[in-house]
Amino acid sequence: MGAEGNGRGPRSSYEYVEGWGMAVGAHARVLRPRSAEEVARAFATARGEGTSIGLRGSGCSYGDASVNAGGHVLDVTRMNRVLAFDPETGVADLESGVTIEQLWKHILPLGFWPKVVSGTMFPTVAGATAMNIHGKNNFKVGTFGDCVQEFDIVLPSGELRTCSRTSEPDLFHAAIGGFGMLGCMTRVRLETKRVHSGEIEVRGVSAHDLAEMMQVFEDEKASADYLVGWIDCFGAEENAGRGLVHVARYLAPGDDPQPEKTLRVAHQELPANILGVIPKSEMWRFLRLFNNDLGWRFVCGVKHQLGRLEGMRGWYRQPHAAFNFLLDYVPNWKFAYGRTGGRGLIQYQSFLPKETALDAYREMLALCHARGHVSYLGVLKRHRPDPFWMTHACDGWSLALDFKVTPENRASLWETCDELTRIVLDAGGKFYFAKDLVLGHLAMLRAFPTEQREAFLALKRRLDPDALLQTNLWRRVFAPDECLTARP
Amino acid sequence: MSGATKRAREHSETWVGYRQELPRYRTDISRWNRARATDNAAVSNSPSTTQPRTAQPRTAQPRAAIVVGASSGIGAALVRQLAADGYDVCAIARRADKLSELEPPAGAGGRIVTRAHDVTDTAAIPELFEEIVRELGGGLDLIVYAAGIMPAVGPEEYDTEKDLSQLEVNLGGCIAWCNEAARLFRTQRRGTIVGIGSIAGDRGRKGSPAYATTKAGMATYLEALRNRLAEARVHVLTVKPGFVDTDMTRGMDGLFWLISADDAARTILKAAHNRFWSTRYVPLRWWAVGTVIRAIPSFLFRRLNI
Repeated sequence: MGAEGNGRGPRSSYEYVEGWGMAVGAHARVLRPRSAEEVARAFATARGEGTSIGLRGSGCSYGDASVNAGGHVLDVTRMNRVLAFDPETGVADLESGVTIEQLWKHILPLGFWPKVVSGTMFPTVAGATAMNIHGKNNFKVGTFGDCVQEFDIVLPSGELRTCSRTSEPDLFHAAIGGFGMLGCMTRVRLETKRVHSGEIEVRGVSAHDLAEMMQVFEDEKASADYLVGWIDCFGAEENAGRGLVHVARYLAPGDDPQPEKTLRVAHQELPANILGVIPKSEMWRFLRLFNNDLGWRFVCGVKHQLGRLEGMRGWYRQPHAAFNFLLDYVPNWKFAYGRTGGRGLIQYQSFLPKETALDAYREMLALCHARGHVSYLGVLKRHRPDPFWMTHACDGWSLALDFKVTPENRASLWETCDELTRIVLDAGGKFYFAKDLVLGHLAMLRAFPTEQREAFLALKRRLDPDALLQTNLWRRVFAPDECLTARP
Repeated sequence: MSGATKRAREHSETWVGYRQELPRYRTDISRWNRARATDNAAVSNSPSTTQPRTAQPRTAQPRAAIVVGASSGIGAALVRQLAADGYDVCAIARRADKLSELEPPAGAGGRIVTRAHDVTDTAAIPELFEEIVRELGGGLDLIVYAAGIMPAVGPEEYDTEKDLSQLEVNLGGCIAWCNEAARLFRTQRRGTIVGIGSIAGDRGRKGSPAYATTKAGMATYLEALRNRLAEARVHVLTVKPGFVDTDMTRGMDGLFWLISADDAARTILKAAHNRFWSTRYVPLRWWAVGTVIRAIPSFLFRRLNI
């Protein structure tokens, strides 16, 4: 150990490690290995000490997926080299800590864009693979795991294995979406997509209620490349689920008169000022003033009306980064939810099959109103199934709801989430570990198919018999507690 | 029992079937249990709940502090003062025998734990820091760097070894300890770093060239730290004491405005709890002196014996 990284093991320091939503965290020793050998050595050292290790990328999971109270945390961000990129096929070999930002900045000038990106550009590829993240194009191209060809993984035993769909298919399909419980990925081989412009064509479609919004998705599904719906959760009764759908599609060759210009990284920069005056790095302080029920009711109402205007505007063009990384427009916007004292946010994202989604989501939005926990941000997306064992995706929909957490509302918010969870489970829904902070063991048992879950646990038992790899998430959701939600 | 809790209870009892499916994952149950106990603590004791929601609970919650250079002088006074204020304090010094003299105050006070450590042994600091913070309860609120040496330098003495040893203790140790604290405070988004500098750092005097250099370096380093950590709401305070009645000043001539170490410690902690201060002269009247001295042009300063 030692901050200098003196040959004996990876660099480490003692820090406070929290989930992105700031509602949970713990002090831990953070190890930052620079190679697969150092990862193996960290595993061996922790085993010798009788301590568990939790794996962490950029820490972009909202909940406790990369928090490990009472154990060490292994942070992969120091392993961040782009090992190879083939400009013919668009296949990239990346070390685990390469972020989506590094990736797109590397490949866009060569005419490629990652097939799947999240709403923020900061996750690492290993984190994205382990959590099997999705983007606004999940209905079309699947999850992040669907574009992974192969990866190297250091097992808890210290053994390095290379997994792909053909060699080690079990480990491949279990570790993708396996939330870092089977081993630490050290290299990921990723497919990317050829693009013919640095811009993308976007159109807004305003919807008066949830049914209309879902209809827009179904109408556009065949021709669109990206579909995402913003929901004004303050809309009640006949307005429930009103909002704005963004439809986007890639440009065909020749549509962009100057692709060499738009493909430059400089063209992708997000706007530096908001409304032309407020420097965006300080914007969150301004947002904080609105960060209450009344403020957001106003903001959402205005945004919905602006959305109706945008709906009349027709197609317009936006750089890829500006369209995809909406969460990065306002740096540190999460601080508007409070920076101290157990303040923060949780995102409650539920995945429902297409048959039951509309009724269940209507019921959930109404329940939020009835309980006085109205989400400040609702996002609707369309999904498709994928072959990974612990996947969240299904042929249906997801609704993500951001809730403000304060020390005062924590208990009642968790109870409301408990009620939401019942609706989701009764409708045959699933959950997503990168977002979750509220599920309990029983909910997990009901949400994930028995066969896949048992296979996953059997593999975990075989590869990690003494439970070296643990996180708060793992203990909360897979520990034998007989409750639906993990109470705060 | 609230309605929702009752419903939850009833609901879970209808799911008896699921209990039989619980994963048998109990190969090392002790590690499991230990970890679960900390998880619960992590959720309920995260800085959230240890942080004040109103003005009152701030003093009710246990707080933790580290004082480096605590065997005598201002450092020792700070340890006593902090413990009396209810802090759990770790006192660090080279001389273990001196540390044992630090008695926790009678009545309601915090714990005092002690560690013998030579600040020039920078390689040992990361591990020691983690060990101490864990012993203090997992988090840290305040670190004070008060270690410093000022050997007497004769008017015609140019001793490299003597000068560099001051650099190592006064500046090297400060950087090593503050870096550890900075990593923790940045990720906690709270904490206070206090460095005991000196008015001697304001100008390069004839008297103690290396000492003045280390204190000036410390002030610059702490300023940089203050700017780096501002976004994370970490308070970094540079203290510039005047003449304080300690071992360091004992036997020196021409002292005035001399205050006791306890008085100095009281003023320092007040400033540490007040974000208004980034640099604080102790006592405050030295600010006027410092301002005048800093304004004296060099051609004049070299002719003065101050």
